[in-house]
Amino acid sequence: MVPTALNAAASDVSGAASDTLVSIEGLSVDFDTGRGTVHALRDIDLEVPRGKVLGLVGESGCGKSTLAYSLIGLLAENARVAGGAIRMGDQDLTRLGPAAWRDLRGRRIAMIFQDPMTALNPVTTIGQQMLDIQYRDKTGRAAKRARAIEFLEQVQIPDAPAKLDVYPHQLSGGMRQRVCIAMALLTQPDLLIADEPTTALDATLEMQIVSLLRDLQRKFGCSVLFVSHHLGTVAELCDEVAVMYAGEVVEYGGARAIFHTPRHPYTQALFDCDPARIKEATRNLPTIPGTLPDLRQPPPGCAYRARCPHGWARCEREHPPLYAGAAEGQQIRCHLADPEEGAA
Amino acid sequence: MLFYTAQRLVLSVVIVMVAVSILKLMLHVVPGDPAVLVLGPRATPELIERTREAMGLDRPLLVQLVTFFGNIFRGDLGHDVFTGRAVSRIVLEQLPYTLILITVAIMWSAALGIVLGAYSALRRNTWFDTLSGIVSVGTISIPAFVMALYSVLVFAVWLRWLPAIGAGEGFVNSITHLILPAFAIGVSWVGYVARMVRASMLEIMGQPHVRMARAFGLSERRITRSHILKIAVLPAVTLIGTGVAHLFSAAVFVEVIFARPGIGALIVQAVNERNYPIVLGAVLVTTGIIVLATLISDLVIALLDPRQREEL
Repeated sequence: MVPTALNAAASDVSGAASDTLVSIEGLSVDFDTGRGTVHALRDIDLEVPRGKVLGLVGESGCGKSTLAYSLIGLLAENARVAGGAIRMGDQDLTRLGPAAWRDLRGRRIAMIFQDPMTALNPVTTIGQQMLDIQYRDKTGRAAKRARAIEFLEQVQIPDAPAKLDVYPHQLSGGMRQRVCIAMALLTQPDLLIADEPTTALDATLEMQIVSLLRDLQRKFGCSVLFVSHHLGTVAELCDEVAVMYAGEVVEYGGARAIFHTPRHPYTQALFDCDPARIKEATRNLPTIPGTLPDLRQPPPGCAYRARCPHGWARCEREHPPLYAGAAEGQQIRCHLADPEEGAA
Repeated sequence: MLFYTAQRLVLSVVIVMVAVSILKLMLHVVPGDPAVLVLGPRATPELIERTREAMGLDRPLLVQLVTFFGNIFRGDLGHDVFTGRAVSRIVLEQLPYTLILITVAIMWSAALGIVLGAYSALRRNTWFDTLSGIVSVGTISIPAFVMALYSVLVFAVWLRWLPAIGAGEGFVNSITHLILPAFAIGVSWVGYVARMVRASMLEIMGQPHVRMARAFGLSERRITRSHILKIAVLPAVTLIGTGVAHLFSAAVFVEVIFARPGIGALIVQAVNERNYPIVLGAVLVTTGIIVLATLISDLVIALLDPRQREEL
């Protein structure tokens, strides 16, 4: 697989000064369940660009949240990294012990979670929670409070000083997610992981939060890994997009390339199903027929072939590598993109 | 909150009144005339009649109830049928022995139960968790009086480490006399509290806010203390609040077994003697304490949990 070798070589040479903040190399994650081992992530190669937003798109169960959690070391207890590496600076995150992970979390890596209604401690005030996460700073209580107020104002929470004494249940869902964003940014992370941060919110709030995230990302210049199944928000926010299917990256590229010239049949099908893109009135919303393959025994060829309208014998036999696409940096895991296939 | 407390206090008075009324009705139905009991078997019918009049037993039941409650609100719980001493004095003399017994019992057992439950949850599915589960279920299923009998046998009779009888005199002596009865009453509460805390810890540990705390690199110690345990003890507080009633009934047996003064022993003696004013007075006070304990546990929960506070 040519791109993998290139990636590995690049990160070995350049190290911290490169445009890549985190380099995921051949990452595989397994879940041990009562009914067998689920290979949730298989041989993921992905780079989180420095100071940019990388979108992770795919249907439920495709492994996008698993990938996000493996970047902050918060995988479920029955999950384990079966292979590969996650390089950040000169560290391989997959080899970190609990203490080293703790040192990274809330300092270099922060995370915003899916459901703001349950993400905050219900019996502690917002202010106390924002003070607690500044435990590394040696400054006094007053300075920490001032910093908390500053970041609540950054996320446009009205009357920020008064909000410090409020409990989470006294705030609306949108406000709570703003508090979570303020807390994450307050730690000034290099990498901010946002795991479907708008899924639990209604549509108008969703756009507010997305544009807030975009503004703050530009202001603070951190890298963001934005996990979503909502294509509209990804288009709005992301510089680069990775489309995931059945635990693999099936297409990767700049947001513009992915949205304008999607090459992988799965990406195309995803766009066809996006209600925002439907132009003709229909009785039923379009769906992709079929279901995800059983990840306890991933199929030998292309993971998508059972649902793919273009599949042929080669897809059955041969697992497609990531082929380079027409646009710069675009990569497609589909034999249709094989230049030799086109030549033949 | 103040309004809520006042509301609950009024309700408490009503509950106590209903409970005591029911008891008075039950005593009315039970055979055995108090006047006959006071005067003994050789009393003349005229004397019995006069005593009944003096005790107000000849009047209709409803009138008796109204006078009874009228007296209570004036602080008069009636008089000991035999000695004529005020019931309120007798009850107040005995009350401290029982209160200290159940307070000590609940404190040691709750403290141990919370620690045991928390460690079981943190070390789920290890040998420690299994062992603590077996011990908890074991202690829950042993009644307090059985525990009392065996603790007397082992620690007082065989080992001779601790005294078995009475409440003792002086500070140190009182404490050594308190250990076995408080142990006997508290043991099963270790199990109750441990099971409750373990279950709610496991539930809270899986909640998103705990994962979020972890995502900010907070120490496991801090997460356990302020993100898990702080919420997980709430059901245990309710359990202990409602458990005060069970503690009183356990105290009845234990006080008799250890020949210890206290409300429980007083009630048993008074029932045996058909000394109804004392029975009523003692039950009135214990019911009041039980209702108050429930109220206090609800207020403690409101203090610990802002979501509950809001609803008051």
